[in-house]
Amino acid sequence: MADPVLRLTGLGKSFDGHRVFSDVDLEVLPGDRIAILGASGSGKSTLLRCVNVLETPDEGSMEVGGKAVGDNTRNRPARYSERELRALRQRVGMVFQQFNLFPHMTVAGNVAEGLVTVRGMSTSAARERAVSELKRVGLADKADTYPSRLSGGQKQRVAIARALAMDPEILLFDEPTSALDPALVGEVLSVIKQLADEGRTMLLVTHEIGFAYHVATRIVFLADGGIYETGTPDEVLKNPKRPLTQQFLAEHQRFQF
Amino acid sequence: MSYDWNFQPVFDNWWALAIGAAGTLRLFVVCLVLGMGLGLIVALGRRSHNRPLRWLSTAFVEFFRNTPVLVQILWFYYALPILVPIEISPFTAAILGISLNSAAYSAEIYRGGIQSIEPGQWEAARAIGMTGVQTLRRVVLPQAIRRIIPALTNRGVEIFKMSTLASVVAYVELLQQGKLIASLNFNPLETYTVIAAIFLIILYPIVSMTYSLERHLARSD
Repeated sequence: MADPVLRLTGLGKSFDGHRVFSDVDLEVLPGDRIAILGASGSGKSTLLRCVNVLETPDEGSMEVGGKAVGDNTRNRPARYSERELRALRQRVGMVFQQFNLFPHMTVAGNVAEGLVTVRGMSTSAARERAVSELKRVGLADKADTYPSRLSGGQKQRVAIARALAMDPEILLFDEPTSALDPALVGEVLSVIKQLADEGRTMLLVTHEIGFAYHVATRIVFLADGGIYETGTPDEVLKNPKRPLTQQFLAEHQRFQF
Repeated sequence: MSYDWNFQPVFDNWWALAIGAAGTLRLFVVCLVLGMGLGLIVALGRRSHNRPLRWLSTAFVEFFRNTPVLVQILWFYYALPILVPIEISPFTAAILGISLNSAAYSAEIYRGGIQSIEPGQWEAARAIGMTGVQTLRRVVLPQAIRRIIPALTNRGVEIFKMSTLASVVAYVELLQQGKLIASLNFNPLETYTVIAAIFLIILYPIVSMTYSLERHLARSD
C-alpha cells in the first residue's frame, strides 16, 4: 500500500474555549478524494483550514508526505515555523468559498503569482504555465482580463487554476460552489470532476451531497465534535448507520427531487 | 474705497520669488518622501506582533499628531541644540517638524488602507506559500494604496502648504520671500495675493496628476 499523502492524528481545535472538534484521525492516500460533510458549525471548514494551517490546530499531529509538520516534541499545541508553513502550503493547494482572487492582477497574473513570487520563476515562463493551467479550466481566452469582469463560476475556475499552478500534492476545496449562483455551480463541479478523473488527491468540503456521492472515494461526516461516521459514499450516504448522519441526510434529501 | 492695484513691484522681484519657490519645492519633495515613507514604516509598526514596536509606533503617532507643527519646528530649531551639541539649520528643523508630523498622519492613512483589505486576500496569498512581506508587497499594499490615494493626496497638499511654516525659522521659501518683498515695497496686498496664486498654480497640476493616477489604477475595476 502506498504511503499516505496526509495523516492527521488526534487533531483538535478550539476557539476561545469552545471545542470545534477533537480526536480527528484521518489518513489520505494518493488519489483519495475525501468529501467532508456536516451541518453548519460542525467544523468542516475549520478542519480543512487546519490542513494548511490557516487555522493552527491546538491538539494532535499532522504528517504530510510521511513527514511530520510542526514541532510536537516540546510544545503542546504543536508549533509551526514560518519556513515549514511556506513549504507545506506549496504542497497543499487551497480553493476558497469566496475565490479570493487578487483583483489588481489579471487572470494570468493571479495564476502566475505563486510561480513568480514563491518559486522565483521568470515572468514569461510563469505566464506560459499560467496559460496552460487556464486552458485546463477552459479560460485561456480570459488570461488578460481582470477578475472583476468574470462571472462567479469563472472566478472560481481561475482560483482552481491558481492552486493547480503550484503542483500541489493535495487540493483542498472549501465549499467551492457555495457562493455561486445556482446556474454557475455546474461549470465549477465539472472542473473538479475532471481533476478527480485525473486521479488528484483532494479534500472537499461541500453541501453538494449528490456531487460528493459521485466524486468522492470516501465520505467523512462531522458531527458531535469529531468524525461521526466515515466510509464509502454508498455506506455513508445510502446506508447511514448512526442517527445524526441519518437526520442530516434526511434534511438534505427533503430538497432533492 | 478704491485701491490702485500695482503688481509691478512684486514682479520686479521675480528672482526672489523664484528662489523662494525653489526652496518651497525642495522642502516639499524631501518632506513628502520622508513623511510618506516613514508613515508606512510606522503603520506597519502599529500592526506588528512585537509589543514594544507596536507601543513605540503608537506613541510616535499620538505625539506628533497631537502637537502643532509650528511648535515642533521651533522646538527643533531653538530647543534641540540646547540638549544635544548639534547645529540645526532652518532647513533641517523644517524637515524634522513637517516630516515627522506627516509621518504620523500618513501612518494612520496607511493603517486604515491595510485594514480595509479583506482577510481572504492574506489567506489566498499565504495559501500559495507567500511570506508575510511578499503578501504585503504584492497583494495587500497595491490594493490598499489604490484605496488611499485621495487621502494621501490630501496629505501631500497639506505638506506643500505646511512648508510656509518654515518661514518662522527664516528658511528661504515662498512666504519668507513674500514677507521680504512686502516689507521692502509696503505692498502686502499684491505680494500675498501673488504668493497665494503661485501655490495654486503649482499645486493644481500636481493634484490633477494624482487624479490620472487614480484612473490608471482603476483599470482593473
